[in-house]
Amino acid sequence: MDSNSLYYSLELVAGSGHILTLEQRTALESSLVLLKKNYKFSRVLFWGKILGINGVYFIAQGRGEDEMKDKKNLYSLNCMDWFLLPPASDSMIEEVSKATKGRFMGDPSFVYEHQEIHRQGKGNEPVNEKAVITVTEEKRLAVSVHQIDAEVSVVPRGAFIKSPRGLVQLNRSFCGLSEAEARKLDNFLHFRQSKNKKKSALDMGDWNPAMDYLDALSDDIPKGSWSLQFEFARKVCVLRSLLWFGLTFYHVPMTPQHGYIYIGDGTKNLDLPFML
Amino acid sequence: MDGKEERVQSAAAFKSYMLKNSTKSNLNLYDHLTRLLTKLMDEQPQNPVDVIEDISSDVKRGLLEEMQSTLQDLPETTADVELAKQQRLLFTRPKDVDHEEELVETPLPNVSELSFYLEQAGVGLGREEMQRIFLALKQLVESQLLLQCRLWGKILGTENSYIVAEAVVEGDDHSIDEPAEEEEREADTQENEIDQLPQSTYKPLSVVPKEATGTGANKFVYYVCNEPGLPWVKLPSVSPAQITAARQIRKIFTGKLDTPIVSYPPFPGNEANYLRAQIARISAGTQVSPQGFYQVLEEEGDEEDEVSQSNYEPNPDFEGIPAAEMAESLSNWVHHVQHILLQGRCTWVNLAVKPGEESNEEGEADEKEEEPDEPEPEVGPPMFTPISQDAEMFNTPPWSLSLSSTLTSQHAVAVLRSNLWPGAYAYACGKKFDNIYIGWGLKYTGGGYTPPVLPLPQKEYPSVPEITEALDPSLEEEQTLKEALEEQQAVREEMEATEEEEEEDD
Repeated sequence: MDSNSLYYSLELVAGSGHILTLEQRTALESSLVLLKKNYKFSRVLFWGKILGINGVYFIAQGRGEDEMKDKKNLYSLNCMDWFLLPPASDSMIEEVSKATKGRFMGDPSFVYEHQEIHRQGKGNEPVNEKAVITVTEEKRLAVSVHQIDAEVSVVPRGAFIKSPRGLVQLNRSFCGLSEAEARKLDNFLHFRQSKNKKKSALDMGDWNPAMDYLDALSDDIPKGSWSLQFEFARKVCVLRSLLWFGLTFYHVPMTPQHGYIYIGDGTKNLDLPFML
Repeated sequence: MDGKEERVQSAAAFKSYMLKNSTKSNLNLYDHLTRLLTKLMDEQPQNPVDVIEDISSDVKRGLLEEMQSTLQDLPETTADVELAKQQRLLFTRPKDVDHEEELVETPLPNVSELSFYLEQAGVGLGREEMQRIFLALKQLVESQLLLQCRLWGKILGTENSYIVAEAVVEGDDHSIDEPAEEEEREADTQENEIDQLPQSTYKPLSVVPKEATGTGANKFVYYVCNEPGLPWVKLPSVSPAQITAARQIRKIFTGKLDTPIVSYPPFPGNEANYLRAQIARISAGTQVSPQGFYQVLEEEGDEEDEVSQSNYEPNPDFEGIPAAEMAESLSNWVHHVQHILLQGRCTWVNLAVKPGEESNEEGEADEKEEEPDEPEPEVGPPMFTPISQDAEMFNTPPWSLSLSSTLTSQHAVAVLRSNLWPGAYAYACGKKFDNIYIGWGLKYTGGGYTPPVLPLPQKEYPSVPEITEALDPSLEEEQTLKEALEEQQAVREEMEATEEEEEEDD
C-alpha cells in the first residue's frame, strides 16, 4: 500500500489479524520517505511483512515510471535500514524451489542446502555426482516476494491505465468502483503481465484497451481461491487470497483508495484444492 | 475587407459543421466541446492535457444519465445500512441500571486493555473493530448471564468470518444435542431348517463418549457471531469423534454455520461442529500463561484414578515475571488447558471394558473368553507443563518468542507466537497476560497434506465349505466314481455273502 496512505489504510486491512505496532508505523513513515528520495522512486509502497521463525522481515517496494516493470524490492529487519533485494531471475527461482523447505528463519544470511545426486556416465558404471545447491535466505526472500506479486497482487479495474506509449501508470481520474461493481470478482485484476488467452467477443462488451490489459481474478484456477467480503461495518471491500495466506487487498468503493499488503509466513498454500 | 469576410465565413461554416448532430448519438461536437471546457473551467484539474480523454468520455457519460431520471429512485437498503442499524443497538444503554452494579466485578473482559497490549505485539483487528467487539461482548454477557467471558479470537472464512467468545454459563445444562444413537439390532433368527444367511462379522467401533459440559474439551462454552452487533450463536459441545475427524481433514471455513463438511474421512457434523472442534484443538494447543499464574484447585476426596487436574484458579500469590525474562526463555510459559489425547478426549476412557466382565470371578480358566489385550491407557502431559517441552514438528520450533519493542525495552511486552497454529498469540507484561487466536483455523502441516487412504474393502463372508463353489465333476470323473462305487458294492456283497456262509456253517 502506498506510503502516503499508510496511516489510515492499515486499519482497513487489520481484519486479517495483523497490524503494525505504533513504533513500526512511525519508523516506516520516516524511513520510506528517505528511501524514496535516495533511490529516486516515483512512488514507494509498504509491501508487507514476512514472519520468520526468529525474526521478521519488512518489505518495501519502489515503483518507477512504469508501474509494472520498474519495481524494486527492499527489505529491512527494523523498519529503518533497508537493503535492496536482487531481482528474481528464472534460475534463481529454480534454485530456491529446489533447495528451500519449511519456514523462513528470520536471518538473511541463513543458508539452505540441498544435495542433488546426478547419475552420469554410461555403461555399467554410472557415477554419482553430488551437486550441492546452496541458497541464502535473501534470495529466497527475493523469489517469494516476486512470486507473491506475480500470483496474487490485486488492483481494481481502472486504477492503472496503459498509456499510448505502453507505460502502465496510475490513473488520476480513477474514482473507485461502485458498490455493485465491487461485489464482482471480475472487476479486480492481477497486476502482472497478462497470461490469458483472448476472450470471446461476448465477454468483451465493456472492453477498454487502456484498462483491460490485465487478467481478472475471476479467471483464477481453482475457483474460490479468493474470499471477497465487506468488512469494517460493511464499508470496505476486502479481498483475501487463499493461495497465499496473508495477502489482503482493500478498496473503499466510490473512492480511489485501494491497496494490498502481505503479512504472513511467505509460504504458498499447496493444499488449497483439498480445502475448498 | 474581403479577407476578414472570408475568415468570418469559414468560421461560420466550421461552426455549422460542428453543430451538425451526429448520426449515431445525436450529439454535436460544438455542444460537447462547450460542456467539456465548462467542466474544465469549473474543476481545474492538474495536468489537464494528460487526462483530457477521460474527462471527455465522462462528459458524454454524464449526458446519458441525465436523460434517465424520470422515475423516482427508492433508496435501497444496502448491506451497510442494515448492519449500521444493528450496530446502533450496541451503543444504547439501558436506563434502569444501577451504577453500583456496574462497579462490581463483572465477567466482561477488558477488551480495550487487551487491544492495547496486542497492538504492542503487532496483532489485532484495528481499534474500531475491537471497540465494536467489546460492546458486542457486553451485550452477550448481559443477555446470557454468563459467569465468565473472554474474547477467544477470530476465525476467518471465505464468505464471512467468526468472532468467537469463550464463556462459562451459569448452570450446567447437559443438553442433549444428538439423538440417542442406540439402535436395537433385531436378530434375524430364522428357523434352523432354512439355511441362515451369512451374518456380517462387521462390528462398528464403539463410540467414544462425549465429555460432560464443564470438563475436559467441553470446559467452556463458545459463542460466535459474524459481525459485532449481530446475534450470538451458541456452538454445540464437541465430541471425541469430531476431534479425531478434524485432525485428519483440512478445510477452510465458509462463514455459515450450517454448511455441510464434505470430506474424507466423513466429518460427523456440519460447519458448527467443525468450528467447535478446531476451537477445542487450538485452545488445547496454544493457550498458555506465565508460570505460576494459575494453580491447581485443591479438591477433597480425590480418587487415585481420577486426578482432576482440570480445575485451576488464579494464584493470588503470583508476583509477576518481568517481560524481559518472559521473552527470553520458553520455560516461563506453561499450558493451562488440558491436552487432548489421541482418543479425542482429555481423560482417557477404556472402551474395552464390557459390562458383564465383573462376574468373571466364578468362571473357570477354560471357560474364560479370550479377552482382548487391555488397551494402554493414554496419558497426556500433566497440567502446567512448560512449553519448552513441546515437540518440534516438521523441523520448526513450535513457538517464537520476542519482545514487542527493542527501542523501549523497559516497557515492552513479551510476545509469544505459535508456529504450529499460525495466528495464535500470547502476550505477557508483569502480572497481565492473555491469549488470542486470529487466523484461518488451520494447523501448520509442513506443506503437503495427504488425505488418509481408504481402508481395504471387507471380505464379504467367511469361506465355509457349504458355500464354496466347486467345479461340477466332468463325465469321466463321474464314470470313474460310479465304477469305484460299484466295485465297493460288489466287494461288500461278497463279504456279506461269505459272512452268511460262515454263519450258516456255525
